[in-house]
Amino acid sequence: MKDKHREAYREEAYELLAELEESLLALEQDPEDEELIGRVFRALHTIKGSGAMFGFEDIVAFTHEVETVFDQVRNGQVPVTKALVDLSLAARDEIRAMLDGGAPEDSLKKQEIMAAFRGLIPEAEMTAGPGPDPSPAGEETLGAGTPVTYRIRFRPAADIFLTGTNPLSLLHELRQLGEFNVVAQTEAIPFLTDINPEHCYTAWDIFLTTSRGLDAIADVFIFVADDSGLDIQVIDDGSGSAEDYKKLGEILVARGDLDESSLKRYLAQGPLIGEALLQEGLVSCDKVQSALVEQRHVRTVQRKKQEAEGAASLRVPAAKLDKLVDLVGELVTVQARLSQTAIDCNDPHLTSIAEEVERLTCDLRDNALNMRMLPIGTIFSKFQRLVRDLSAELGRKVDLITEGAETELDKTVLERLNDPLVHLLRNSIDHGIEPPEVRLQAGKPGHGKIRLTARHAGAQVIIQVQDDGGGLDHETIKAKAVQMGWLTPETEISDKELFNFIMSPGFSTAKEITSVSGRGVGMDVVKKAIEALQGSIEIDSQPGVGTAITIKLPLTLAIIEGLLVTIDHDFFVVPLSVVTECVELTREDVARAHGHKIAKVRDEIVPYVHLRERFDIEGRPPAIEQIVITEMNGNKVGLVVDQVIGEQQTVIKSLGRVYRSAAGISGATLLGDGTVALILDALQLVQGQQAGELIN
Amino acid sequence: MGKVIMAVDDSASVRQMVSFTLQTAGYEVITAVDGRDALGKLNGRGINMVITDLNMPNLDGIGLIRQLRGEARYKFIPIIMLTTESQVEKKQAGKAAGATGWIVKPFQPEQLVAVVKKVLG
Repeated sequence: MKDKHREAYREEAYELLAELEESLLALEQDPEDEELIGRVFRALHTIKGSGAMFGFEDIVAFTHEVETVFDQVRNGQVPVTKALVDLSLAARDEIRAMLDGGAPEDSLKKQEIMAAFRGLIPEAEMTAGPGPDPSPAGEETLGAGTPVTYRIRFRPAADIFLTGTNPLSLLHELRQLGEFNVVAQTEAIPFLTDINPEHCYTAWDIFLTTSRGLDAIADVFIFVADDSGLDIQVIDDGSGSAEDYKKLGEILVARGDLDESSLKRYLAQGPLIGEALLQEGLVSCDKVQSALVEQRHVRTVQRKKQEAEGAASLRVPAAKLDKLVDLVGELVTVQARLSQTAIDCNDPHLTSIAEEVERLTCDLRDNALNMRMLPIGTIFSKFQRLVRDLSAELGRKVDLITEGAETELDKTVLERLNDPLVHLLRNSIDHGIEPPEVRLQAGKPGHGKIRLTARHAGAQVIIQVQDDGGGLDHETIKAKAVQMGWLTPETEISDKELFNFIMSPGFSTAKEITSVSGRGVGMDVVKKAIEALQGSIEIDSQPGVGTAITIKLPLTLAIIEGLLVTIDHDFFVVPLSVVTECVELTREDVARAHGHKIAKVRDEIVPYVHLRERFDIEGRPPAIEQIVITEMNGNKVGLVVDQVIGEQQTVIKSLGRVYRSAAGISGATLLGDGTVALILDALQLVQGQQAGELIN
Repeated sequence: MGKVIMAVDDSASVRQMVSFTLQTAGYEVITAVDGRDALGKLNGRGINMVITDLNMPNLDGIGLIRQLRGEARYKFIPIIMLTTESQVEKKQAGKAAGATGWIVKPFQPEQLVAVVKKVLG
């Protein structure tokens, strides 16, 4: 490849040398002919220029001396003499010899000729040899050094388009170098009538974090650096930490957009310096915006770095993890089948293998699920802002205290927990925490407190939103419940049950509707969302002291421990987390209840749902049925089934669209032998029953 | 349809090297031996970029750039000049005439491609 080009160069050089010889001879006759001098110079120039490209360094060095002299000749500083022509012809022969590869390196003759040419140049005109100057796209040192963040303020010359440069492609090029943010500065754009469409009025503030060094950035701007405004500053050398980066005002001062004394004056006025500056028109909107982006950029970069250093973790797309958990789910199913087969075969070898597989599968499952766990703090942190904004809007003074931010929850659970928690916090601020004057009168501090806590309890996570506000008003709630027809005024009801009413659809005691709450949607939505997560919610409140809302959630939604039961030939799974015990239900028990669906369990009256009836399953129930007692929201309700088989690791599969709305069923799972078992939504089953019982 | 680049140089070997390198990189290349030849071959034709030497007979690089910038069609296209060593004045003259950037001879094929990619975006 290279040889082909070298050959082409050689041929071209021969032609040029022939032309050079011809021109030199003609020049001897007519030493003043500028056209001829030009031809000589160009021939030399091309021999040198192209020679360098194809690796003829000796020719380049030699021709350079000759060319330099003829450059002077061209400028009229050195006259054309016979001696010069003689010397040049000798040089031409020498170049030819070098081209043929015949001339020994640094031959005496060559040295003499070069010295002679140098002698022709007036002193001080000696220029440096042909050294390549920094090439625009030289090799870049990749990944060297630590990432440094630069602020680049690029103000293209107005006529930058006329040099064929697209400033956007420069920005694009910068983007390739690392973490990149840009803010356009549009202040200089004139009115439409004054715009010259061929001019560039926009400038850019760019924030770039790169480990490629300043040279890489300078290379991007190499063609425009002379004419355009370019200011590159290091704003973070990678040593700082996320929180201690400059404040907005400091950034503006550091950039010279604001002077220090004004900053002090504004800081004295209040903390929201950006707004104040904008109002006064002291700093333009673009500049403030740019400073904000700078702040955010540096913080993000620093945080990322800290995370990377701190955890030495690997980022994996969530979809991959989901896939893994899916596969583990399949594996658990197959493993259950293997265990079943081993038992059926009664082969000790197979049984020992099956047990080994079971143990490993169990570990694998726990590990896989653990990978999807995220600390709840990731959503907690957003709430500080929410509380701050809301309390300002509603004229409350509220401090949010969070505890247990490190508590881990399955990612899918966490994602769906955000909205309910937002609702609860809003409620606490709007309904719970009283206005400061009311609080002071009641002898409480003017600042209300909302405590948001999370902790583990077995296979559950308990999340609490607790405020020190006025508490729920028993009488109002009761009156409203009566008004809605859920209660009679005489009904004795526990606080817990009463409070449950506020989570019923359409219930609102707010006397006026605010933008935040009072429309009667809210708590029922929260309840639904929590229940959809297989969780439960409980309200506790003391007048004048405050309200605590407790949410209990399972750690994960993908695989649950279930209790496998049968009705006729069908299999069902009850989530083990809601099951407290199983008791027998005999025909006599049924007869004793006089048609009411209640059973006496250890001196406690427990209503039950007869699933065989509920699901319209034909056939006769066995003489002794089983009641699976569940406890949810503090209420015990039994589910009557034919037989209880035992605990079962249940991989939850969602149902197809046709079945999704089936009441009382939350999903399905596959048993060891491939049979489908439906997963019961205990809460939904129980709810219908409860409402019925209460009205009775 | 690849982008079209016109390469102007009076040295056949440079023309060959430039056109070979750019064609390998997926561009279409038109060559011309000097400024006058270039203008003749262009003749209003749409191209995406020009790479030109500065020292050429008939019409040199600076003259070519000036003429191109005078035509609406070529007013905003990138023009890269090939300069030898550090001819500071030539480079300045070229820039003043409207050149987008420059490549210093000698250059490696990779450098040429890098610059072309840079200015063509």
